Amino acid sequence: MSAAGLETQGLCKSFGALAVASAIDFRLERGARHALIGPNGAGKTSFVNLVTGALRPGAGRILLGGEDVTSLPQAARVKRGLVRTFQINALFRRLSVLENVTLAIAERDGVAEDFVRPAGRHRAVIEEAFALLDRLGLAEEAVRPVSELAYGRQRMTEIAVALGLAPKVLLLDEPAAGVPSGETATIIDLIERLPAEISVLIIEHDMELVFRLARRITVLVQGSVLIEGTPREIADDPRVRQVYLGERRHT
Amino acid sequence: MGDFLSIAISIAFHGLALAMVLYLISVGLSVTMGLMGFVNLAHGAFAMAGGYAMTTLMNRYGVPFWLALAAAVVIVGLASLVLERVLYRRFYGGGELNQVLLTMGLIFMSVGAATYLWGPVAQPIQLPQALRGQIDLGVRDFPVYRSFLILCGALLVTALWLALERTRFGVRVRAAVDNLAMAQTLGVNTSRLFALAFGLGSALAALGGGLGAELLAIAPGYALDNLVYFLIVVAVGGLGSIRGPFVAALILGVADTAFKYAAPELGAFFIYALTMGLLLWRPRGIFGPA
Amino acid sequence: MPDARRSMLDAFARRHRLHVLEALPWGVAIAAYFAFPDYLALGAQILAVIIFALSVDLVLGYAGIVTLGQAAFFGTGAYTAGILAANGWGEPLTGLLAAGAMAGAIGLLSGAIILRTSGLTLLMQTLVVAAMLSEAANKGGRITGGSDGLQGMDVWPILGQFRFDMFGHTAYLYCLAVLAVAWIAVRALVHSAFGRSLTGIRENVMRMHAIGAPVDRRKLVVYTVSAVLAGVSGGLIAQTTQFVGLGVLSLERSGTILIMLIIGGVGQLYGAFIGVPLYMIAQDRFSTIDPTYWYFWIGLFMVLMVVFAPGGVLGFFARRRARRGKP
Repeated sequence: MSAAGLETQGLCKSFGALAVASAIDFRLERGARHALIGPNGAGKTSFVNLVTGALRPGAGRILLGGEDVTSLPQAARVKRGLVRTFQINALFRRLSVLENVTLAIAERDGVAEDFVRPAGRHRAVIEEAFALLDRLGLAEEAVRPVSELAYGRQRMTEIAVALGLAPKVLLLDEPAAGVPSGETATIIDLIERLPAEISVLIIEHDMELVFRLARRITVLVQGSVLIEGTPREIADDPRVRQVYLGERRHT
Repeated sequence: MGDFLSIAISIAFHGLALAMVLYLISVGLSVTMGLMGFVNLAHGAFAMAGGYAMTTLMNRYGVPFWLALAAAVVIVGLASLVLERVLYRRFYGGGELNQVLLTMGLIFMSVGAATYLWGPVAQPIQLPQALRGQIDLGVRDFPVYRSFLILCGALLVTALWLALERTRFGVRVRAAVDNLAMAQTLGVNTSRLFALAFGLGSALAALGGGLGAELLAIAPGYALDNLVYFLIVVAVGGLGSIRGPFVAALILGVADTAFKYAAPELGAFFIYALTMGLLLWRPRGIFGPA
Repeated sequence: MPDARRSMLDAFARRHRLHVLEALPWGVAIAAYFAFPDYLALGAQILAVIIFALSVDLVLGYAGIVTLGQAAFFGTGAYTAGILAANGWGEPLTGLLAAGAMAGAIGLLSGAIILRTSGLTLLMQTLVVAAMLSEAANKGGRITGGSDGLQGMDVWPILGQFRFDMFGHTAYLYCLAVLAVAWIAVRALVHSAFGRSLTGIRENVMRMHAIGAPVDRRKLVVYTVSAVLAGVSGGLIAQTTQFVGLGVLSLERSGTILIMLIIGGVGQLYGAFIGVPLYMIAQDRFSTIDPTYWYFWIGLFMVLMVVFAPGGVLGFFARRRARRGKP
């Protein structure tokens, strides 16, 4: 079996008596379009935090493209192509959209270590950042501070920053969360148009989005994997319906 | 051997007395920092104000010790409530830098105001008859004053613990320290809670400043000179805790006395090294959140 | 690419370009040399302390590290230069290098230990480092002079030619030259890609981790650079006043440099050039009128500033520009 884009083996994490991850075995295939769903408190964001290195696991292994990254810090995993977006935007709000993306690309390229030449001299970084923003339709607002943008556009910036890092594995934590319904279409469109080589994992509550974007779905309940399969299999499974009984459908 | 034991007991005793004063002053700081997340570097100024109020009432107006002390505590407590309302409240939840700058400014003001009002020399303090001399505690004689301080400290930590565990006020404080947003949704009036906690903490500081006037001299530079020690007690003890600063004050008080006795050439150096080590071992304090 | 976009990108890429206004501080400094011959000693100190304020701005204004222990590095530099000059090696330039190097070493060592913490714990640790050094200087009387201060400094002429005279001519130009070198270095650092990443660390450290930035290493580098600069500043003060007292390591010193920087404005490079002269000239004027109460008034000023004008002088102008719709 070829190496998965991302894999966890027996991933465990507890906070005292609360187990947010119980022996999670997970595979994200290369080029996958995979969704992670589950009721509130299932441990989805904790899973992302464990995988990216923001949280240290109690036990288990994390493999990125076959390489064991369990003991690596977050920044090192990013350098190896594991990139995430945050459920609540984590951007440099007082800096411009363009600056947000150039900072990311500068880190990727190693340009950020240069403490002599003015940042503006690294023209290639700036051009690449702008081209990326242009592809995402953010070119007009490039020099405006992020805090001045509509929330949906800020969310796009968050994804732009992630893409600027040239990810091999992209973890999108509720990309449409908090976005007014009028603006979700652009985000969905963007995710659909992501390059096929990138392995994408989406955490989402919005079932429409999930069924539209995902080719495989994993259901997480109270820190354990309940079931994994194609959208059809998940939709038909009675246990899944039971888990979501009482959960209002997010629209 | 008997000599060594005698010295050790002496050090422990003096260290304990110092520890109690430090605790009295710092416990309020710990609670307000844990509760409001506010870095109040000027907390020592309340202790100083208590000391100055008490000694002024005593020296200039002939008010007896206990009454002067009580009055000082009340005055400073009330004044702190006004300060909290007018000034501190604007900076809760704000950036740490602004809090540091604001309270640094307040410290400087306290130094200047104290110099203006009372001159640069430390205030003389006359302990009441009841607190002077020695008392026979069976094994040997101990100074009454320091014994009293130790007693006060022990009573206080017990009273605070009871208050925190048994009263409604205490429950609300603990809830708010644990999770402010949750406490608010549960209906706790946090702004009133903050004010009360702040006033209480400042009143305790004034008590510590007045009672401990013989150990920590009441002079204009008080807030600045003793700041590091107060912060050590709070940082090492853990924010928002009652027990933590008690343990930290014990360590600090006894260690300081011991080091200064055993190695006066090195002075407080070891205290600082010890603090650094403790904070590296437990960055959130011994009793702070994990 | 359409012209509008190209010019927008050009403007973005040219943010580091020297602006005409940037010549102003130097013009003022040179003019002051001729205009105020009686105040050159004070002027030299102001120039030296600006370097100190720049060092704090790097750490605080750009990297967002809140510290109350910068006096540790300032004082280390002062004592290093002072002890060298008092013990037979009065050559100023090498003495200054030694001051910077010693302070930098302390910065590197302490930074490596304490920078992993943040918030109150970090603030505490910076205080403790400075307190340790202060206590060491206090007790190490044989070397440092203890509470009496370091006496008997003999600073040789610069490059063998320029003697330190009574009126401060040499001192002023010496400090001005060192400030110019320091400023070039700081400005380059701040405008570089590294410097921009520091801004990122200040603005959102979580995001910096998430873009793969080695945050701890960056913070340590800027902390060490800042320590070197602070040490150079301390060394200059020692050499030009020929005296070092315990105050160079004090909490008060750390507090007042913070105040000076805040008055001018943090994180905008020129805050130091505005805040330091304003503070030190005001203090000088005040000391002839009413020395005892300086602390009260400066404290009050601080409080009012934090409440009404937290951005300092530069912040005030920036807000005015923003309100008028200018970029």
